[in-house]
Amino acid sequence: MASLLSRFCRKVAVPGSAHGARMVSTTTSCGSETVKSLNLYSAINQALHIALETDPRSYVFGEDVGFGGVFRCTTGLAERFGKNRVFNTPLCEQGIVGFGIGLAAMGNRAVVEIQFADYIYPAFDQIVNEAAKFRYRSGNQFNCGGLTIRAPYGAVGHGGHYHSQSPEAFFCHVPGIKVVIPRSPREAKGLLLSSIRDPNPVVFFEPKWLYRQAVEEVPEHDYMIPLSEAEVIREGNDITLVGWGAQLTVMEQACLDAEKEGISCELIDLKTLLPWDKETVEASVKKTGRLLISHEAPVTGGFGAEISATILERCFLKLEAPVSRVCGLDTPFPLVFEPFYMPTKNKILDAIKSTVNY
Amino acid sequence: MAIWFARSRNIVSSLRHNLNLSGILVQRDHSPRHAFTNSQLSSRSVFLDSFTSLRHESTAVEKQLDLVQQSDEEDPQELNFPGGKVGYTSELKFIPESSSRRVPCYRVLDENGRIIPDSDFIPVSEKLAVRMYEHMATLQVMDHIFYEAQRQGRISFYITTVGEEAVNIASAAALAPDDVVLPQYREPGVLLWRGFTLQEFANQCFGNKADHGKGRQMPVHYGSNRHSYFTVSSPIATQLPQAAGVGYSLKMEKKNACAVTFIGDGGTSEGDFHAGLNFAAVMEAPVVFICRNNGWAISTHISEQFRSDGIVVKGQAYGIRSIRVDGNDALAIYSAVRSAREMAVKEQRPVLIEAMTYRVGHHSTSDDSTKYRAADEIQYWKMSRNPVNRFRKWVEDNGWWSEEDESKLRSDARKQLLQAIQAAEKSEKPPLTELFSDVYDVKTKNLEEQELGLKELVEKQPQDYPPGFHI
Repeated sequence: MASLLSRFCRKVAVPGSAHGARMVSTTTSCGSETVKSLNLYSAINQALHIALETDPRSYVFGEDVGFGGVFRCTTGLAERFGKNRVFNTPLCEQGIVGFGIGLAAMGNRAVVEIQFADYIYPAFDQIVNEAAKFRYRSGNQFNCGGLTIRAPYGAVGHGGHYHSQSPEAFFCHVPGIKVVIPRSPREAKGLLLSSIRDPNPVVFFEPKWLYRQAVEEVPEHDYMIPLSEAEVIREGNDITLVGWGAQLTVMEQACLDAEKEGISCELIDLKTLLPWDKETVEASVKKTGRLLISHEAPVTGGFGAEISATILERCFLKLEAPVSRVCGLDTPFPLVFEPFYMPTKNKILDAIKSTVNY
Repeated sequence: MAIWFARSRNIVSSLRHNLNLSGILVQRDHSPRHAFTNSQLSSRSVFLDSFTSLRHESTAVEKQLDLVQQSDEEDPQELNFPGGKVGYTSELKFIPESSSRRVPCYRVLDENGRIIPDSDFIPVSEKLAVRMYEHMATLQVMDHIFYEAQRQGRISFYITTVGEEAVNIASAAALAPDDVVLPQYREPGVLLWRGFTLQEFANQCFGNKADHGKGRQMPVHYGSNRHSYFTVSSPIATQLPQAAGVGYSLKMEKKNACAVTFIGDGGTSEGDFHAGLNFAAVMEAPVVFICRNNGWAISTHISEQFRSDGIVVKGQAYGIRSIRVDGNDALAIYSAVRSAREMAVKEQRPVLIEAMTYRVGHHSTSDDSTKYRAADEIQYWKMSRNPVNRFRKWVEDNGWWSEEDESKLRSDARKQLLQAIQAAEKSEKPPLTELFSDVYDVKTKNLEEQELGLKELVEKQPQDYPPGFHI
């Protein structure tokens, strides 16, 4: 219950920045860097402004994006760039993505918004059968690399079945697309600009819980954070924790508690789930000998299984304990039972301890 | 209630015009709610007393009444709703599920290849007509030979276009080379028209190293960026919303071009049909949607596909201009597609064409259509309603084509195709590295690892793998 209240009541400290433990920074900065305190939706908004400004052949569209979007990520874009480039679409996800593929195939950048990740499924055929295979099936005569699909995902405290889903695992199984999930405002801006400019179709999931809750100093200039590079946001020696998006905040709290009990945790933000940076995780586990993965999505068939299997293959003899997964339960995302369903700080802390004491 | 309101509107109008009041009319509980009678209306003083006491009531209501009054003055029979003004009726009447008369089909040539008197059509020169006919005949020969090649086990699969040669060639002839084509899979004639060679067709069917698609897809999944012809994909109707995006791009770039996309009767049942047409209409994109209504979706007859009068009636549901055309009449198709294209580009709007035709061949080499339809039916369409013969008659009647031209064309085409097939068959397959390239723009680490692993495996146990692949 306390964790549920804390979700509502306090601004979330962005993982890896507040505690001075970020060791590896992958942001590029140029010249004098002015920063501004921004929340996640504002950082994303900035990235979209920059994307449209720097490429006149880029478009932003989806349901309700014209007035700023239901989460305000597209505020000011239509006024600034015009309704020809920033527009509302009919309520039809397969149309939104299909239209975006057509635009991208003609060499434009199409940054489409799916209002909630829970509603991305009508577009699944267009994403899997069309976007992901567009370049390959044509022998590289055609491509839709300019397509970026943005969708808010994840628990929000009261979202229930259809405003809380984490569908990343479905997309991580599709060769030809990339899947990116930022953990904070500063990361989101850089990763979104990289995703938009990457010559491959990208699905970009934004942790809706952090839209207002997370506030961070975000550089005002145009910068990109590389895809497929994981980041060690907290160094440690006893156990490696891997996560992405909003879950990292929870994991970091668990790391702090574990530290009080003498356990030194290394925390990694994967950032890009497909293709994912196996080398960084492998190097960390070879050092610590223990791995714990945590995600909101249900444990069975979740992306944690892929990470676990890969690390087992690569680090078997270095492992001191089985790989631990602290994830959502195998149920549809419940409403009143959300606090029981979620992979909470204490569930993670328990798993850290039992892994270390194996 | 309606009567009461009607009277109250009349009262307000008459007050406005006759008594020159500012139009305050607020119904209060203590005021008489039932309608004023004419005798009461004539009594000025009664009204003035009532209204002075109500004068300071809600001005918001006054504004609403102003609106009602304004529209009353323009047309008393309409209502304002978010989508605009709409007339109303008190008659409880449903729009019938179908028209008493089916949408007529536009045609120019009769079954004997003679122009129907007083037809509207765009004239076709001798040069163009002969070129069209040559392509229709070549398409027939190509289909016949590739079909046989599949039967002989030389290629794995094939889809013929038999019966739909006019839709293919005449529509292609009506387009500009810069128009971007997004096919379904039964439109190789469009690619043939644009200059894709018989050798290129054969290379794709054999998946050899010269195949532009690098051997990744089944036969007939052609694509050519040089010819503005998007690569065929098996899923049905996915190209339709993409065409809307392509059309929108052309509009934004102010190009003198449109997107042209094809679909069968079955494909119009897919959600992407709805998505594609709706988006094209809302975005005002220059797209020509051509539906080949050939009567069958594999074994599913159109009577099991929809209950509407075909596809043409669906256009209006999206706000799209539409036409039904005899798909086996090359001149009608040419005129309809030319006109549609001009409209799409000049007016920046989508257009829908339903081309009525018949799928004479089986769905594909994996199908035997005699299992679900009468052999008589197939014969009838093949012999009596043959689009190639029909156009040939017109071209010959004009003195532009002869029997010698015919046999020369068919034997030349046959020879070229057999040579193309031989060459394609002999050719190497694409190198193994092409299994891993183009998944992304640049090979990712996991793909590089898998490629290395596979190379080692193939070198160690080559007997497990087919020959002809350069490692």
